[in-house]
Amino acid sequence: MSAALELQPIARRRLSLPLLGLLSGILVLACLLLALLGPVLAPHPPGQIVSPTVFAAPSRVFPLGTDYLGRDMLSRLLVGARYTVGTALPAALLASLLGTGLGMLAAVRGGLTDAVISRAMDTLISFPSLIFSLVIVAALGSSLAVLVGTAAVIYMPGCYRIIRAVAVDIETKDFVRAARARGERTSDIMRHEILPNIVTPVVTDFGLRFMFIVLLVSNLSFLGLGLQPPLSDWGGLVRENLSGLSVGAPAVILPAVAIAVLTVSVTLLVDNLPGRKAAMRER
Amino acid sequence: MAEAAGPVLRAPAGRSLSAMVLRRVGMSLLLLLAVSVVVFAGTEFLPGDVAQMVLGQGATPEALAGLREALHLNEPAVLRYLHWLGGLLTGQPGVSLVNGMPVAALIGDRLPNSLLLAGLTALVTVPLALFAGITAAVWRGTLYDRGLTVGTIAAVSVPEFLFATVAVLVFAVRLHWLPALADDVDTDSLRSLARSFALPVLTLALAIFAQMARMTRAALVSTLNSSYIEMAILKGVRPVRLVLRHALPNAIGPIVNAVALSLSFLLGGVVIVETVFDYPGLAKLMVDAVSTRDMPLIQACAMIFCAAYLLLVLLADIAAILSNPRLRHR
Amino acid sequence: MNADPPPHVAVSGLTVTGNDGTPIVADLSFAIARGEVLALIGESGSGKTTAALALMGYARPGCRIASGGVRVGETEMLGLGRRALAEFRGQRVSYVAQSAAAAFNPAQRILAQVIEPALVHGTMTRRAAEEKARGLFRVLALPDPEGIGDRFPHQVSGGQLQRLMAAMALINGPALVILDEPSTALDVTTQIEVLRAFKHAVREQGTTALYVSHDLPVVAQLADRVVVLRGGRMQEEAGIARLLAAPEHPYTRSLLAAAAPAPQSPPAVAADAPPLLQVTDLTAGYGGVTAAGVPRVPVLHDLSFAIAKGSALGVIGESGCGKSTLALVVAGLLPLARGEIRLDGALLPARVQDRTPAQLRAVQIVFQMADVALNPASSVAASLSRPLRFYHDLRGAAARRRVAELLDMVRLSPGLAARFPDELSGGQKQRVNLARALAAEPALLLCDEVTSALDTVVGAAVLDLLAELRRELGIAIMFISHDLSTVRAICEQVMILYAGRRVELGGRAALRRRPMHPYTDLLLSSVPELRPGWLEGISFTHLAEAAGGLMPADAQLPCPFFRRCAVHIPGTCDVLLPPHRVLGKGSEILCQRTEAELLDMQQTASAPA
Repeated sequence: MSAALELQPIARRRLSLPLLGLLSGILVLACLLLALLGPVLAPHPPGQIVSPTVFAAPSRVFPLGTDYLGRDMLSRLLVGARYTVGTALPAALLASLLGTGLGMLAAVRGGLTDAVISRAMDTLISFPSLIFSLVIVAALGSSLAVLVGTAAVIYMPGCYRIIRAVAVDIETKDFVRAARARGERTSDIMRHEILPNIVTPVVTDFGLRFMFIVLLVSNLSFLGLGLQPPLSDWGGLVRENLSGLSVGAPAVILPAVAIAVLTVSVTLLVDNLPGRKAAMRER
Repeated sequence: MAEAAGPVLRAPAGRSLSAMVLRRVGMSLLLLLAVSVVVFAGTEFLPGDVAQMVLGQGATPEALAGLREALHLNEPAVLRYLHWLGGLLTGQPGVSLVNGMPVAALIGDRLPNSLLLAGLTALVTVPLALFAGITAAVWRGTLYDRGLTVGTIAAVSVPEFLFATVAVLVFAVRLHWLPALADDVDTDSLRSLARSFALPVLTLALAIFAQMARMTRAALVSTLNSSYIEMAILKGVRPVRLVLRHALPNAIGPIVNAVALSLSFLLGGVVIVETVFDYPGLAKLMVDAVSTRDMPLIQACAMIFCAAYLLLVLLADIAAILSNPRLRHR
Repeated sequence: MNADPPPHVAVSGLTVTGNDGTPIVADLSFAIARGEVLALIGESGSGKTTAALALMGYARPGCRIASGGVRVGETEMLGLGRRALAEFRGQRVSYVAQSAAAAFNPAQRILAQVIEPALVHGTMTRRAAEEKARGLFRVLALPDPEGIGDRFPHQVSGGQLQRLMAAMALINGPALVILDEPSTALDVTTQIEVLRAFKHAVREQGTTALYVSHDLPVVAQLADRVVVLRGGRMQEEAGIARLLAAPEHPYTRSLLAAAAPAPQSPPAVAADAPPLLQVTDLTAGYGGVTAAGVPRVPVLHDLSFAIAKGSALGVIGESGCGKSTLALVVAGLLPLARGEIRLDGALLPARVQDRTPAQLRAVQIVFQMADVALNPASSVAASLSRPLRFYHDLRGAAARRRVAELLDMVRLSPGLAARFPDELSGGQKQRVNLARALAAEPALLLCDEVTSALDTVVGAAVLDLLAELRRELGIAIMFISHDLSTVRAICEQVMILYAGRRVELGGRAALRRRPMHPYTDLLLSSVPELRPGWLEGISFTHLAEAAGGLMPADAQLPCPFFRRCAVHIPGTCDVLLPPHRVLGKGSEILCQRTEAELLDMQQTASAPA
């Protein structure tokens, strides 16, 4: 149906995408491992001032230099991974779980159930995500639990919308109608007829939620409104070393790059998942 | 073909275009109202006593009672909400808890700065992103398209502060082309204007360019894949006419939709950018208010941001409604 | 073939492959003489559309023209560069697509699109092109030829759009017009109008045409010669009369046999068998129910009928007549607004949730689109096991045994149990679909257009299977279809729906005898017959009624057929509700006209098949 071949007769080879997917998959895995093993791998105690020089350039002792107090940057990065991933992962799981469950429920039940859930989600999605978290942080502070809960609430509606749309589409298919005509219960229809057919969108969406939440918690930390010292995630590391920007210290850029490596590889991995349907992202 | 079983969902037939647009506007207003409830309720959870927090531990009971009275803290929550909402609507969203200044005055000082920043960014980004998105769609599958796609995917996932810090590092620290801070917004001379805005605008533009180019490409690609484009090729229509006469008129609605939705990403980006560059805008005001827990100020700022966001989403939806020829020509 | 004058269009050794090299069309060669209409006939997947597009030098993304030649007049098309090819398309060779609704640009007025081929190729001025277009509108018997071009595509009907696209194809007086299934998406009564218009225009303009279709009776009306295609290869080529009279290739013979399925002998049903399903004054629709107890969007009006144990009722009507809605209502998926349904004498609750397990088990529905009727994430065994467990609490080895039995019952190998739907053919999917319904051991099977999405040969086999199942299992069937010949093949009783009303109900034989309801008469006369010249024999009365089908049925009138009916009585039919009339042949109709009047008026028309 497409006019692609007409418009560009010389169909060039696409970049080798499986390779890109593999590469990003390895990077994502590496970040998750760092979050798990970071403190074991750290060469210096991350909270201790180990060098008299602040913003030192990379050396043999301090492979990534030192921070604004003279602490080892590599150690701080390795330990910071667990705060970034450790906040974003449970939040994304929560958002995905709630969004998927409610989305399927709304699609299968329809009617009032659908209307009530959908309007509530519409309200939540009417906040720019960062603004919503600013309001919550102002009210409740920024403990780990508040951050996880806030991020989950912010990103659940996006998941809900996508899963609901996919499930509504499946719900009109005749095999679901056949199950209804058989007299099957809502929960059985969700489990046997809908869920097995939405695994790909759920996984894809989970990856994107995770990526968005990493960005959100990093942004909050960067603003000084996320996890508070001594807990320093990657966003917090950028903030505390911001004064080194004027001298071009690697301590400012490195944590930011670490975040970008994680988020970009998650996105590329999701984009290259086998069997992935149309790219689904809106927030 | 056999008949399609099942109800015709939301058949637009019988509903006029203006009615649909009005309905959509009404829905946005309702949503804004719902948002105001959430903002108010959210800031009501505040642990501890607001009056105590403002006046500090050493305050006398009389002073506390007086402040509670002034802040209507003794009234039931519903009444306080209505009070607050009335104040918002009449342009009197209360007084700052921190410095006693009227919130309206504080916002009035900063809002134009933020609008200027956002406006300049949109001015720079929209034409570039449209060009990139449209060309990528027309030449889809080429190396150019693949490169742009991978590039924009990556750019969408990068935190804004990385753009900002790298930009400062390169242009201000290494090259000394531009000042790192936009502290004194000097709009007197074009030259200094360009210098002080260059980095904030560049950072913001990078962040939304990727978003906008991607969505524009997607909008045009779905049009280019339709049967009537194939039919036009089989009529002997040449590529330029194909894109300009057959594809773009049908994609214009989705593209406007994409532009409006992408611009809504400005609202998040502006928070980061104003903080990095210490830019005296509304977002910086709000971030500072969060650190000092200045609730009336936070509430008002949040409402402005949400209203702006809802407005952009509304524009996007109206563009989608208007672009449907079935509704335009009945 | 090496006669002196070279043929007007010559295709030689045309091969189109997928990007991976698998041939879609292989070594296809044929010629078309000037002014001749050649039909390219084949079922889905035969490569006929791919071949037709290749004649324009066009391959859809994912395939490419690998080798061969397409010569039109003096020009070899496949050797042309992009610019020359664009110059050729729409000027020397033009195309009419299957779905006109999708092929018209929704944002442009019709006239601008019709004359675009003339403008982009600079063959005439805008004024001349518009004049020519309006002339073609007249030739194609379009209503309001002066004004219709100013409308947008969504403002005209599907049958009209199809003819407007033909005008677009003919505007430059091309050397070859390719018509790709142009009437397939239309209802039968709409189709005759379009076919007549095409035939007239092709004659008038002396056009050379390639007519792509899967429908032999339609092809018989238009084509001079036929090429039969299967799996991308030519099976047979012959003049239409010879092909119909003496097909040589076995595949052609099976196509011909499937086009006119023979009526199956019904199993013996006791004449006084008690009704299994009794529907009385059923009214149903969408959008909720008003205070008056009527649906906001009513679809079915006061339907009454019965199905005896073990018998088959056919339900016929055009798209939008409410026949699929009827299946949903009986299945309990769409609650009825008024009236009642009884199963074995007991009231059947309107909603599926309120029915007893025995009632649920007794009524099973089989859907039209085999593709979406099976859960793509479940294997055949898993799909069949659900109802076994749900209704009969069968698990493990017992369930596996029963799955094998069910597959055997629908004539599928038990080895298919492990397969997933995307590993099955359309016919296999529909059989699994049927087996899933049979797993419940139902008393009544609701079959909603179960053969419509299948190729004729495959569909005919499924019909045979249904007839066998009836004989073996004594199941009653409500068979819903838009296709008279399939309904006649397996049903003893036939109900004809028009705009949600039962206009006629009678035995299968009654459908062959006049008098009948005027709409039944029109419907029967509109089904193309497998003989050339049928199209010319249609009476003017029926043509006028068929043309009325371009207007939507008016559900507000007491008789919804009033506007189209050739024998309506103004002042009566549009004011009074039509009475139920029992005709001498045994059927019951909804009409103001008496039996004698109808007989008298219908005798003037040609005899039905």
